[in-house]
Amino acid sequence: MALAAVKSSTRFPDLSTVPAVDEVGVNERVARFQSRSIKKASKVEALKLVLSMIDLTTLEGQDTPGKVRQLCQKAIHLHAAMPGLPHVAAVCVYPTMVAVAKKALAGHDINIASVATAFPSGMSSLSVKLEDTRMAVDAGASEIDMVMSRGAFLAGDYHYVFDEIAAIKEACGAAHLKVILETGELGTLDRVRKASVLAMHAGANFIKTSTGKIQPAATMQVTLVMLQAIRDFYYETDRMIGMKPAGGISTAKLGVHYLVMLRETLGNAWMTPEWFRFGASSLANDVLMQLVKQSTGIYQSADYFSKD
Amino acid sequence: MAIPENKLAFDGGWEYDPAPESTDHIKIKKRYGLFIDGEFVKPAQGRYFDTINPATEEKLSRVADASQADVDRAVAAARKAYRTSWGRMKAAERGKYIFRIARIMQERAREFSVIESLDGGKPIRESRDVDVPLAAAHFFYYAGWADKLDYAFPGRTARPLGVAGQVIPWNFPLLMLAWKIAPALACGNTVVLKPAETTPLTALKLAEVIADAGLPPGVVNIITGAGATGAALLQHPDVDKVAFTGSTVVGRSIQKALAGTGKRYTLELGGKAANIVFADAAIDQAVEGIVNGIFFNQGHVCCAGSRLLVQESVADEVIAKLKDRMETLIVGDPLDKNTDIGAINSPMQLEKIESYLKIGQEEGGEMHQSSCRVPKRGYWCRPTIFTGVSQSSRVVQEEIFGPVLAIQTFRSYDEALSKANNSPYGLSGGIWTDKGAKIFHMTQQIRAGVVWANTFNKFDPTSPFGGYKESGVGREGGLHGLDAYVKLGA
Repeated sequence: MALAAVKSSTRFPDLSTVPAVDEVGVNERVARFQSRSIKKASKVEALKLVLSMIDLTTLEGQDTPGKVRQLCQKAIHLHAAMPGLPHVAAVCVYPTMVAVAKKALAGHDINIASVATAFPSGMSSLSVKLEDTRMAVDAGASEIDMVMSRGAFLAGDYHYVFDEIAAIKEACGAAHLKVILETGELGTLDRVRKASVLAMHAGANFIKTSTGKIQPAATMQVTLVMLQAIRDFYYETDRMIGMKPAGGISTAKLGVHYLVMLRETLGNAWMTPEWFRFGASSLANDVLMQLVKQSTGIYQSADYFSKD
Repeated sequence: MAIPENKLAFDGGWEYDPAPESTDHIKIKKRYGLFIDGEFVKPAQGRYFDTINPATEEKLSRVADASQADVDRAVAAARKAYRTSWGRMKAAERGKYIFRIARIMQERAREFSVIESLDGGKPIRESRDVDVPLAAAHFFYYAGWADKLDYAFPGRTARPLGVAGQVIPWNFPLLMLAWKIAPALACGNTVVLKPAETTPLTALKLAEVIADAGLPPGVVNIITGAGATGAALLQHPDVDKVAFTGSTVVGRSIQKALAGTGKRYTLELGGKAANIVFADAAIDQAVEGIVNGIFFNQGHVCCAGSRLLVQESVADEVIAKLKDRMETLIVGDPLDKNTDIGAINSPMQLEKIESYLKIGQEEGGEMHQSSCRVPKRGYWCRPTIFTGVSQSSRVVQEEIFGPVLAIQTFRSYDEALSKANNSPYGLSGGIWTDKGAKIFHMTQQIRAGVVWANTFNKFDPTSPFGGYKESGVGREGGLHGLDAYVKLGA
């Protein structure tokens, strides 16, 4: 079938120049980030930053409008007992729940992200994916989290993958496009790097590790490789691309380690919700618990934090 | 890829608060004597000298300055222990004692790490994660060999040599001590060891461990002092085996002094390793390897990757990325858990490094340093790279022993190899490429004792270490390390 016209600003990249990735070296670098000791005020600052970067997510077949409204409430008021906290960056839902979220978040500066393109497998035709995307955008989504066609990518059909992302980007209109690579299905860090390059050149505003439905989901290793791809893209084109690790990041400590990695790889310009997101559902409560601990000196029971 | 310089901003924004390791739990005595025949004794001439913290210039303790009489006493104690206890002991028993040293060292790892960083200036992250665990690992490894020497040398009988005189440098005080003492003891020798004058404290702490482990008196003797003490020890007529790690200049004079004496010796000397990055390497990991190669332990590493050879097609990219990476290196308080680069070990060493910075610029090299702040007191050197230098530059030829990298480019495989080998040194080398065949081909042609592929500065007790050419004689570590401490009979 005919693909939508590719925007003139996108150009198919020269994949032969994508550098190799050495997994042992990546593991060692990650271990260095994890050995950073973040204490006191810098810890509190980091925890608040983590909160502000969360895409609070519910992506279940059993999601109800009630559950989505509850999640939106949490997004606005993370922990009423502790004033002065930031709100999360976005709420992330299925297309059918976008309208519910939009209503619940009215008047608040919180983005609505919607997965689309036959999430999570992406096993459908381009027309269905385009329709899925338009539906989410029309319902009010300001961010679209699409899934890359892993089958085509693994088969080596990079042009198909590129054109599809470009087409979805066009369908997004003003909405930001996050491209989920589903790194857990790519198998090697070399492929992660290559997929990152493809997605960025095809028009992604963000690249994202995982759907959360496949294990392993986000790891610091794949995130580092993607951050390095983002850095090289920036060197080359002057364009900043955002990064979103998603799935499996459930502790405050790990969240802070991601920030250490972000800071030491891309620098300060990326240290905002505009350029970095955590796709997570249970991360927020652990961060809140740590923040309370930092201010009171004691850990509260998990029952003091709302589970939404 | 053309990369504009300093495009990424690492300044300001979110910064890490100080995370200093506590020093409450350590005990450093005001004064240390010499550890001879199982106890701390006063030096014959009553002379002591200060050991200072290079990060603060504050005095940590006073240690004894051993004279010839003290050396005689220590060697006599070692001889007696060799004759009466250690040399006659069942090998399995020897092994038990060495295992005990290893375990106590592990139990007291935190204390050893903090003192190592205080006395030597290295970051606590390294003393905690590298020096101390590796030192313990060496004792564990050689403890295991003690009663298995028949298997190390099949069909031969391995006998101890007698008394080993050992002199170690200040860059890895405890680790070098372990490299020296563990194999010597495992093979049934007794030891007199002299740590470097700027970093004696962990060796003196180890003396406490030796005593706690219940080793018979005189098996391990630790004497402190400067060069004269070391020379007196290594030239002592009753020393059977000499082991030295340090500069090539001193190594050469030791070799001269030992000529014709029949003493066995191992010398681990200087280096100027080539770290070779090919265009097909995993570039981001190679940049990391370059950083680890030259900035590990402030560059006070004999096997440091102090010469970077980078293939011209990726040279600009590698250098730009290296400069960005250097901006994220944290230089400062060695006891801070986030410190990447600690203090230069001594004012003498800092002066030497700074003289090379001057030489490099006078030779026409372009110097670049990271923009980090350094503390006012103490001895510091920012991470530094030189570009625009060549094989005839002194900063390319000579060992600087500091955080200073000389960068050259190459076009062909042969050019890289020729530049790598064009050095009187041959201790180590590094190759970065995604091609396995290139690794195997090149590692066989580089004349160096250790060649790392797609990594750098990796150490393990099972792996032998030592130099070609002016980088030394003999091997330490692994099975080969036993050879230096035994005489083989039929």
